[in-house]
Amino acid sequence: MKVYINGIGNISPQETWDNTKFLKEVVSSDDNRLLCVEPVYKEYISPIKLRRMSKIIKRGIASALIALKDANVENPGAIITGTGWGCWADTEKFLLTMIEQGEEQLTPTAFMQSTHNTVSGQIAISIKCHNYNSTYAHRGVSFERSLQDGMMLCLEGNKNVLVGGFDECTDNFFTMLGRVGAWKKKTINSLDLFNDSQEGSIGGEASIAFIIDSNKTDNSYASIDAMTTFYKPDSDEQVNEKVNEFLSSYNLSPSDIDVVVSGNNGDSKSDAIYNVVLQEFPEATHTGFKHLCGQFDTSTAFGTWLAAKMLKTQSIPSVVKLNDVNKVPSKVLVVNHQNKENYSLQLLSKC
Amino acid sequence: MSTRVFVTGLGTISSIGNNVEESYQSLVNSKKGIAPMTRLDSKHKVNRPIAEVNLTNEELANFVNVKTLEGCSRTSLLGIVAAREAAVDAGIINELSSERIGLISATTVGGMGETELHYRNFIDENGQGAHLDYINSHDCGESTQRIADELGMKGYQNTINTACSSSANAILLGSRLIKHGILDKVIVGGTDALCKFTVNGFNTLMILSDKDTTPFSAHRKGLNLGEGAGFVVIESEESAKAKKIYSEVTGYANGCEAFHQTASSPEGDGAYQVMTEALTFAGLKSGDIDYINAHGTATEINDLSEGTAIQRVFGDNVPKVSSTKSFTGHTLGASGGIEAVFSNLAIDRKTIFPNLSFEEQMPELNFKPQTDVIQDVEITNVLSNAFGFGGNNSAVIFSKV
Repeated sequence: MKVYINGIGNISPQETWDNTKFLKEVVSSDDNRLLCVEPVYKEYISPIKLRRMSKIIKRGIASALIALKDANVENPGAIITGTGWGCWADTEKFLLTMIEQGEEQLTPTAFMQSTHNTVSGQIAISIKCHNYNSTYAHRGVSFERSLQDGMMLCLEGNKNVLVGGFDECTDNFFTMLGRVGAWKKKTINSLDLFNDSQEGSIGGEASIAFIIDSNKTDNSYASIDAMTTFYKPDSDEQVNEKVNEFLSSYNLSPSDIDVVVSGNNGDSKSDAIYNVVLQEFPEATHTGFKHLCGQFDTSTAFGTWLAAKMLKTQSIPSVVKLNDVNKVPSKVLVVNHQNKENYSLQLLSKC
Repeated sequence: MSTRVFVTGLGTISSIGNNVEESYQSLVNSKKGIAPMTRLDSKHKVNRPIAEVNLTNEELANFVNVKTLEGCSRTSLLGIVAAREAAVDAGIINELSSERIGLISATTVGGMGETELHYRNFIDENGQGAHLDYINSHDCGESTQRIADELGMKGYQNTINTACSSSANAILLGSRLIKHGILDKVIVGGTDALCKFTVNGFNTLMILSDKDTTPFSAHRKGLNLGEGAGFVVIESEESAKAKKIYSEVTGYANGCEAFHQTASSPEGDGAYQVMTEALTFAGLKSGDIDYINAHGTATEINDLSEGTAIQRVFGDNVPKVSSTKSFTGHTLGASGGIEAVFSNLAIDRKTIFPNLSFEEQMPELNFKPQTDVIQDVEITNVLSNAFGFGGNNSAVIFSKV
């Protein structure tokens, strides 16, 4: 089920929308929340349309257009996005107005743009793409579900499939999730995420699109050789079993992996399991990424982006390194989980 | 790798019945579930009829043995009822922990029904601690995870939200996962509970009817919202061996009209595209379809667009068409699942269900919907349409085996 990543558009809290850059300058925050660095949207979307669009729709369309241009593709064979909470700013705008105005004098725009598939639909409208179009909203593996469907479509003969993930961290969203313990109680600098022992993570957001295809091009970043997910393993040992099972089904052992991209999010409750997994890879360079993008349902897409960029540039930026092992990236394993419920593994190779 | 996918179990709950049998009895007796709003406490009570499931959350929880109601959305509860019925019907209720069995559920609002009651508290940093569990049950994926947990499922799970075409896409994705050899059996469908958020949203779009919905009628005034859940169990050929088979999933298509965020084109290009692609995929001619379970929302735009597309595909030989939303209201993310159950019942029980409340023929169309129930009729192929916001269109064909 191998596919190639032939184009990327990544709008995140780092200046990642510029594909010529790779984490040379790093943005950090001191308020437990990393918000997107926005490109100039009028380069991608007409000003008349921009006015009615919430940030997530702008980001979704622009990241798709950047990825398509990067891959030199006009019309993707499919558009598939993943999102945990959908277009939350529009959703809560309609919700709060409805509550505050007692169900009176409401206008439809925010409601129309509140559905999770707005981004997929708006990408399709902006490039007149009538092909397969879907949106998955399955918590911590929403992006993985879109990637997996895209890989299946490539196997079915579909060309240049756009897959992506997006989520947004509005003020109220941040407050709300904070009340159920998602974030650290004391504020930290985002770059200290992996050295902080408090429970909870830091908030984040991004919109990241990939063009995948069965064929390699001059612009290919990497191949995604395989991916899998599993749900609520019984024990830490079972997580390691799953990782080994995954690798051995592709005739690989842990020593074949040069770099592990690990979804550590600084939450002492959930990072323990990453450390258990990383111990199995003593010869590999260990890397993390959530200090650069924060924790959100589709943050794995940032991990996939990191793996692809490292493989294409054959370099590992020092800001992502978690250990002192220096490897040249050839095979990268991306490991992620959310709340020890939904786990995912991705295997990427240099191409 | 299985090349064929079969339907082996059905489950549903909606305003016309708490299970498949009750729903069938309502369908053949033209008993609709549309009535004045009682459970939902909305300002639009007076003039917006609605199709509510006749059980409280407590009753639903008791019914499926859910112990803790706090933090469990009505959307999840409805989903548990229907998914469990489908699993029991397919005889797989005791093997659900297998990683070869998946669950794909669609929902448009997830836990919004609870969120809208407590949101002010959710976002108040100094607020009371009550009901915070519902924060974690808001997102769409939680409802699927909750269904999986209650049924003891450990395999692949996914949640689809492509608005009103969501659960048709669940059937489509499940079928492809089986054909790729990733799963042997999948419970596919959707669930959505009524909430003020959707009532008000559709109300601002001015597509809610102030009387019982009249799909495919010249002077139709829009839809009635409904709630419920509908799931079917689909299995690979190998896995379905020696089982009761309701139908084969022979055709499907998903496309995007890319016309407008919430409206479809008057020519019905998107609907035409997916109906013809589904027919081609199934290797069928338009004349092979015996019954169309239409999307049929009774909005001015949908019925014109879908009706025109049907006319373009079927010409002068339009098969029997009905919108069962005239019974259940529009159940949004659940509609494709509920209508998949009804489409399979049509084949299994040799019945074509009526399009209730029909008034006058649409002048733009050469056909009228079927207004009376037809029984003892051989039905070989049923086409089920589902169209959603974002221009997301899907069509599924179920065929008698």
